[in-house]
Amino acid sequence: MDNFPLLSLITFLPLVGAGFILLVRGEDEVVKRNARSVALWTSLITFLLSILLWINFDTTTAAFQFEERAGWIPAFNISYHLGVDGISMLFVLLTTLLTPVCVLASWESITGRVKEYMVAFLVMETMMVGMFSSLDILVFYVFFEGTLLPMFLIIGVWGGPNRVYAAFKFFLYTLAGSVLMLLAILAMYYAAGTTDMPALMAHRFAPAMQTWLWLAFFASFAVKVPMWPFHTWLPDAHVEAPTAGSVILAGVLLKFGAYGFLRFSLPMFPDASVQFTPFIFSLSIVAVIYTSLVALAQEDMKKLIAYSSVAHMGFVTVGTFTLTLQGIEGAIYQMLSHGVVSAALFLIVGVVYDRMHSRDIATYGGLVHRMPAYALAFMLFMLASVGLPGTGGFIGEFLVLVGAFQVNTWVAALTAIGVILGAVYMLYLYRRVIFGKLTKDSLKDIFDLSPREVAVFAPLVVVVLWMGIYPVPFLDVMDASVVNLIDRFEAARAVTATLAGR
Amino acid sequence: MSVAVVFLPLLGFAIAGMMALSTPADAESRARLDRAAQWVTCGAMVLSGLFAVAVFYDVVVLGNVGTVVLFTWIDSGALEVSWALKLDTLSAVMMMTVSVVAALIHIYSVGYMHHDPGVPRFMAYLNLFTFFMLMLVTSDNLVQLYFGWEGVGLVSYLLIGFWYDRPSANAAAIKAFVVNRVGDFGFALGIFATYMLFETVHLDTIFSAAAGKSDAVIQVFGGEFHALTVICLLLFVGAMGKSAQLGLHTWLPDAMEGPTPVSALIHAATMVTAGVFMVARLSPLFEFSDVALAVVTIVGASTAIFAATVACVQNDIKRVIAYSTMSQLGYMFFALGVSAYSAGIFHLMTHAYFKALLFLGAGSVIHAMSDEQDMRKMGGIWRMIPVTYVLMWIGSLALAGIWPFAGFFSKDIIIEAAYAAGTGLGQYAFWVGVVAAFLTAFYSWRLLLMTFHGAPRADDAVMAHVHESPKVMIIPLLGLAAGACFAGYVAYEALVGEGAVDFWGNAILVLPEHPALADAHHVPAWVKYLPLAVGVAGIGLAYVMYWLAPGLPATVAGRFQAVYRFLVHKWYFDELYDFLFVRPAFVLGRGFWKSGDGALIDGVGPDGIAAATVNLARRAARLQSGYLYHYAFAMLIGVAALITWYLFRHSG
Repeated sequence: MDNFPLLSLITFLPLVGAGFILLVRGEDEVVKRNARSVALWTSLITFLLSILLWINFDTTTAAFQFEERAGWIPAFNISYHLGVDGISMLFVLLTTLLTPVCVLASWESITGRVKEYMVAFLVMETMMVGMFSSLDILVFYVFFEGTLLPMFLIIGVWGGPNRVYAAFKFFLYTLAGSVLMLLAILAMYYAAGTTDMPALMAHRFAPAMQTWLWLAFFASFAVKVPMWPFHTWLPDAHVEAPTAGSVILAGVLLKFGAYGFLRFSLPMFPDASVQFTPFIFSLSIVAVIYTSLVALAQEDMKKLIAYSSVAHMGFVTVGTFTLTLQGIEGAIYQMLSHGVVSAALFLIVGVVYDRMHSRDIATYGGLVHRMPAYALAFMLFMLASVGLPGTGGFIGEFLVLVGAFQVNTWVAALTAIGVILGAVYMLYLYRRVIFGKLTKDSLKDIFDLSPREVAVFAPLVVVVLWMGIYPVPFLDVMDASVVNLIDRFEAARAVTATLAGR
Repeated sequence: MSVAVVFLPLLGFAIAGMMALSTPADAESRARLDRAAQWVTCGAMVLSGLFAVAVFYDVVVLGNVGTVVLFTWIDSGALEVSWALKLDTLSAVMMMTVSVVAALIHIYSVGYMHHDPGVPRFMAYLNLFTFFMLMLVTSDNLVQLYFGWEGVGLVSYLLIGFWYDRPSANAAAIKAFVVNRVGDFGFALGIFATYMLFETVHLDTIFSAAAGKSDAVIQVFGGEFHALTVICLLLFVGAMGKSAQLGLHTWLPDAMEGPTPVSALIHAATMVTAGVFMVARLSPLFEFSDVALAVVTIVGASTAIFAATVACVQNDIKRVIAYSTMSQLGYMFFALGVSAYSAGIFHLMTHAYFKALLFLGAGSVIHAMSDEQDMRKMGGIWRMIPVTYVLMWIGSLALAGIWPFAGFFSKDIIIEAAYAAGTGLGQYAFWVGVVAAFLTAFYSWRLLLMTFHGAPRADDAVMAHVHESPKVMIIPLLGLAAGACFAGYVAYEALVGEGAVDFWGNAILVLPEHPALADAHHVPAWVKYLPLAVGVAGIGLAYVMYWLAPGLPATVAGRFQAVYRFLVHKWYFDELYDFLFVRPAFVLGRGFWKSGDGALIDGVGPDGIAAATVNLARRAARLQSGYLYHYAFAMLIGVAALITWYLFRHSG
């Protein structure tokens, strides 16, 4: 197993599948059918392969595993370098789990340009997996930027009526951030002479330079998270994106930002991170309270869930910058569970959107009368979203707040207000959509979940409950790496303190 | 065995829940399905109840205390939490009370809900509730306690909103969940503070370390405070929410929107007493904080009197009982506040029986009156439903604390303990307790007289239909009535009498400085007889006002209109909260959305930059307008701004 390039296989298998789909020729219907099947099978096999990753993962070490290295541009000391540790491994699994779900969810709702759609999703998967597993900062940047294009197309081509505005807003916002990051990457290369991430983590950048670099990375990551006030692209993108686009956007793309903080900002710029912690806390608290209130006022289901995502990601950034074990593990856990739960909630909206072609909350009401199974699934994911103990949503929020309380009680208390507000806007949404009398004629014949939709939700239900009742296997994976991250962080801070004292 | 007590209801929930999801083809198969769901859930609950009695015997009589660890739940650094069942006297008493009362209510529900189209769903919820409640009372750490805590809150939400076609039920359900969340906010912060101080959330470890930390201080919210006081007060906020204490009580009366068995099971007998249980469970912490105990006393006593005053003017039969529940919870809390924890738990237990009896009796009346809940439209039915009538009398006698019914023993010991505490707050609680006892008797007989006596005020169709409830509803009531009659007398010695110290063992800690309960047995005779006397007086007043001079209530209400309106509006708490929290939240949300996100961030940010660049681009170069240019300009401006900022920062 040692020399088997498992990570590369997982990364590029979807790309191979995409190539196959491009080769499909023939009658329109046949092409569509084949494109769907190839996409589904490719993504399923990728998922199974990624489970091998978990099975063979050594939870006792913080070192990068499944490492692969090959020369790429030797003249500049840049190499194709992949590997995962406890922080990134589970995100690879999240990506490979959600991609087949997306393919399945788009089975009937996407009818135009099916071939291109499936290609876009498979390319997307390659980019996302590559991003989480790259260990060379330039390779990382290529994958990071590579996700932009397929997502831009998914929103811009298969989106709603206002898709062009949303697609450009998404594209420009994120690109503006990442161009600054590219500048920072160049600066780092000139300072350290390498683009290898483990080497960069060991390199000590001068504190003044750290500030500069930290800000450049922040520009990129804050947009991705998204942190308040860089979040306004998100509701627009979600509203216009097709269901599966929202799933990937909320499920995986939003995690890029906080993953970036964990992978770059904290280990490479520890001094700047400490310096900016109050800033991050402030923005996060504003994000949690402000966007929760905004979510309460929404009339569009997708917008509401999009705003709730911003609020939940506020927990993640708080947890990340507590620099406590519980805080960081909670942040990672919150990202994973939010990845599943928000994805599921967008799918939930997609189910009724497919039937009624409306996202307005006012279109619905009393759905429980016709759709009991749907109401149950919605209920479960809603409860996970409000962080009810026993669901995945609880563990992350709880650990984040435990960590935050040790660092700053005000931060913990203010963030925890989001737990109350979260219950308000989600229950209020659920009531308006599901409960009440079924009075609208248009809803009289709406039908409950189809077997295909049940197949979409079933794995997500299992994961949400599993993550809530027995989170130990997930926490075990991340433990060693997070401990190592904190140890190295503190060591680096100690060095700075000695230097400053001299 | 204890595992079976807790998890049988979960199993019942799973099976009945699946039945609830299937859609039967015709009426006959629906009836079969309902029947099956009833058998499964009631069977699970009866078995659980029997096992609970066995566990009680095992733990209390044979002394097999201990903890059953199931598996690890959370493991993150020093924070280790397991799924576990803690078995000691306190949890055994609670398990038995919960399981037995729940089993009786399950059986009652078979009759009460037989018309309802959602029988399997209802029975499944009841099972699920009992599971969460049992997880709560057997928890060996604060996080599992929180799990059960939020879990019962969830099922309470589901059951209050059970009739989801009614807007009022949906609103009440959300209100219950959210107000409880506010309480849970405090609870959660309390857990974090506990972890900060003790580096564990495991109860036994905390308790053994508590004495050593009795002088510890903690840095929170910008100040330095006595650590255990902070922890206890935060946790108590959770208890206030769940037990509907003054300030966080507004959800409980509205919760009466749920079906009556729900009101009995959740909102009288079990869930709302969780706060009392929590404080008793954490007695090893509360004992070291006089401030926290004082707060508990004040809140409890104030709630007792507040709710009793409001109960006197309510006209909905279930709301009267709901306010009565709040008032009785107030008694339990001030008992805890004067360190008479076992008296609080004793009243919790007797109250579970007689309050469930009253609620289910009221349900039987409502059932007979074709779903009418307004007492002004009842009256003159006592001959038509004699069994219910007698049972309601028993429940009221127990509630009013008339000898020898259960409430007499448990309420008296609380009032005596408050007196015996010998503190100013104890005196406050004592006098409040006496006045509230008077009001309790008054509103109980007001309820009896308005409901059963006088001229019939319902229309003929309803009156023609009045009927005694079926056996399946009456038999559980008899069980509860037995508890209401004898539970006080039987349990008095063991729970609060001479044998109390042996009985409770290590489950409850009382410091020697807090001897209120021990001294309660030696209070002056007038203190002992006063509650009984005012109870009889309250009953007398009710007879005067609602029997001898039926015009009197209207005259009194007219004379003291301001007071009357104040009480009818429940001291204006709902209006106040609506003004302070509910409206501003929506206004702020809309404002942030439209002006914050829309005008400010987007207007100045992307849209503004885009517009500005279009302008600039046109003017500067008269190039074609394309998004790439907008973008390029935006980026350049961004870079320029950043560099400028950076330079300024470092030159300055």
